[in-house]
Amino acid sequence: MNAQSAEFSSEDRIGAMLRTERMPHIWCPGCGIGSVVTCFVDAVLRSGIDQDKLVVVSGIGCSGRVAGYVNFDSIHATHGRAIPVATGLKLANPELTVVVISGDGDLMSIGGNHFVHAARRNMDLVVICINNFTYGMTGGQVTPTTPGSATASTTPYGNYEYPLTLPFLADACGASYIARWTSLHARNITQSVEEALTRRGFSFIEVITPCTTLYLRRNRLGDGVDALQYYQSNSEILHGIDTRETAIELQGKIAVGKFVDRPKPTYLDAVTRCNAKLIGDDYQLYGKTEPEKKAEEAKKAEHPVTSGHP
Amino acid sequence: MNIVHADPRGVDSGAHFMDGDHAIAEGALAAGCRFFAGYPITPSTETAERFAERAPEVGAMFIQMEDEIASIAALIGAAWGGQKAMTVTSGPGFSLMMENIGLAAMTETPIVLANVQRGGPSTGLPTLTAQQDMFQARFGSHGDYNIIALCPDSPQECFDLTVEAFNLAEAYRTPVFIMTDETVGHMHEKVVIPPADQIKVVERNLFTGPKEDFRPYRFDCQGGHPMTRAGDGYRFHVTGLTHDERGYPLMTPAQNQVVVTHLIEKINGNAEHIIRLEEDQVEGAEVVVISYGITSRIAVRAVAEARKKEIKVGSLRLITVWPFCEQRIRELAGQVRAIVVAEINYGQMVREVERCAAGRCQVVSVNHCGGAVHDPEVITKAIEEACR
Repeated sequence: MNAQSAEFSSEDRIGAMLRTERMPHIWCPGCGIGSVVTCFVDAVLRSGIDQDKLVVVSGIGCSGRVAGYVNFDSIHATHGRAIPVATGLKLANPELTVVVISGDGDLMSIGGNHFVHAARRNMDLVVICINNFTYGMTGGQVTPTTPGSATASTTPYGNYEYPLTLPFLADACGASYIARWTSLHARNITQSVEEALTRRGFSFIEVITPCTTLYLRRNRLGDGVDALQYYQSNSEILHGIDTRETAIELQGKIAVGKFVDRPKPTYLDAVTRCNAKLIGDDYQLYGKTEPEKKAEEAKKAEHPVTSGHP
Repeated sequence: MNIVHADPRGVDSGAHFMDGDHAIAEGALAAGCRFFAGYPITPSTETAERFAERAPEVGAMFIQMEDEIASIAALIGAAWGGQKAMTVTSGPGFSLMMENIGLAAMTETPIVLANVQRGGPSTGLPTLTAQQDMFQARFGSHGDYNIIALCPDSPQECFDLTVEAFNLAEAYRTPVFIMTDETVGHMHEKVVIPPADQIKVVERNLFTGPKEDFRPYRFDCQGGHPMTRAGDGYRFHVTGLTHDERGYPLMTPAQNQVVVTHLIEKINGNAEHIIRLEEDQVEGAEVVVISYGITSRIAVRAVAEARKKEIKVGSLRLITVWPFCEQRIRELAGQVRAIVVAEINYGQMVREVERCAAGRCQVVSVNHCGGAVHDPEVITKAIEEACR
């Protein structure tokens, strides 16, 4: 760790949540991923959740590198598989707060099936999709969210596919919390992530971000500042809007806000309810092992609890 | 290595009449597995069903995932969440799991996977037996790595070897495969589950030292370096990228040499501790029949018939298939005229036998393309011809 980064992390509580010894990061100037990471760790701090019980899981791609830069337990999974890895973590230890941070290609193309089913189960996860409309790491190919007519290295004459509208997809799959912001909306992202961290169930936050090196340059949309100006003049806060109305066209309007907030039993709630009906109220997932029970009894015998005074 | 008695909650002690698939689920529960993620596929589904039925009373988690890729990914998450985890599948599902088997190998994540083999390629013979995934088990994921694979030949061994698979997975921090087959999976036999205090279980070796000393990896060509679990405060990082001992990406040819060598040698270097073989009348034999899984049950008959004809024939059953018993085959190749390898595939493990025999004895492949076990006469005939 160099002197500068040591100073950064000791002074700054945000810095303490980053693996500053791994800086500089790989992201390009003007990229929006760093903004999302800053908002995320800020939200962690504000939420007051136990940072030792927080796990971040990413997939592959530029956004997939987030797991490597945050100073929490973290897994950099295979392409598209962040959500099932996160599912395993959460179910293995329900005390954990498990957050998936990954990109649009990773979560919605190769990982689309897992997104659908984790949302359907209302798995207790926070999923943050950093949507820059492109595969950055591999050089700017089209993704399932690339707006119609935008060019990409694999749609050099313009995209002719229909893009996914992520809030609508999440809504249809049953997610209990859905919000969307752009990387310009730093405070709103932080607020939404904080809400999601403290809520139970499947929370989905989409953040529209600029990929300056590939998406913006290839489509002649300027640099990072131009992107933020576009977000400023075209975003409209529409809390609670019907998610069918949230599609994004090339350089078109962007509906942002909290679209869905409907608490409902999580997957683990449902498992517990079902098994408690079967086994009785003392049902406990994982429970205590026999050696643990014996150790507890031995401890009790050693320090007997006496009631009343002599 | 911390060896304890099995937690009695998971042990259904007593004599059972049970098929191999169910015995795998019981073996897992006895070994302390409390997390199962799987996807239905013939002929393995009964294991998942058994685990799902038993999970509530044991306090275990069962989840039917959306596909096999999700199942094995969930295992990796669960293992880093602190649980012993398993899945079960067959051919097509095994193919789908390959990428994340590589992730488990690379991140040295202990998981157990049973492959109840069926005839392939592709959808092949979903309800009929085969042993065609033996090389896929060893080499199926991309890149160089190593794994352990065991081959039960009976429902009893499905139970016993599943317990052992979990113990090996913990001891060497590696994926371990139970390479059974449709016949053993669906065969009902007596299965005796011992009392919990007679089942030895290797516990997860968790790091307990100070934070600054924590390293999730040590590339020393040994297994068993302590790991951690999410929530214990060590702030681990796990990646499929080539990494250093802190788990941070370090993508250089030199580091890949260090990591890959470790992954391969931690198993090859401990092969003598891992490998289990069953030999019968090998001393002084002119021919040795090598088989594994259900085929060894057939080979027993073939060997008995050959002995009636006064042929000096021994048999060797591979209980551990990977790592391969290279040393033993080298010894045998210098002692016998021929080795006959019977297996329900077009000739897979016979390649390993040929490699180790290195031309010092005749190696005969008695192959079968799947869907049924061998006719024992075919193996007997091969033994006779090898003696001529």
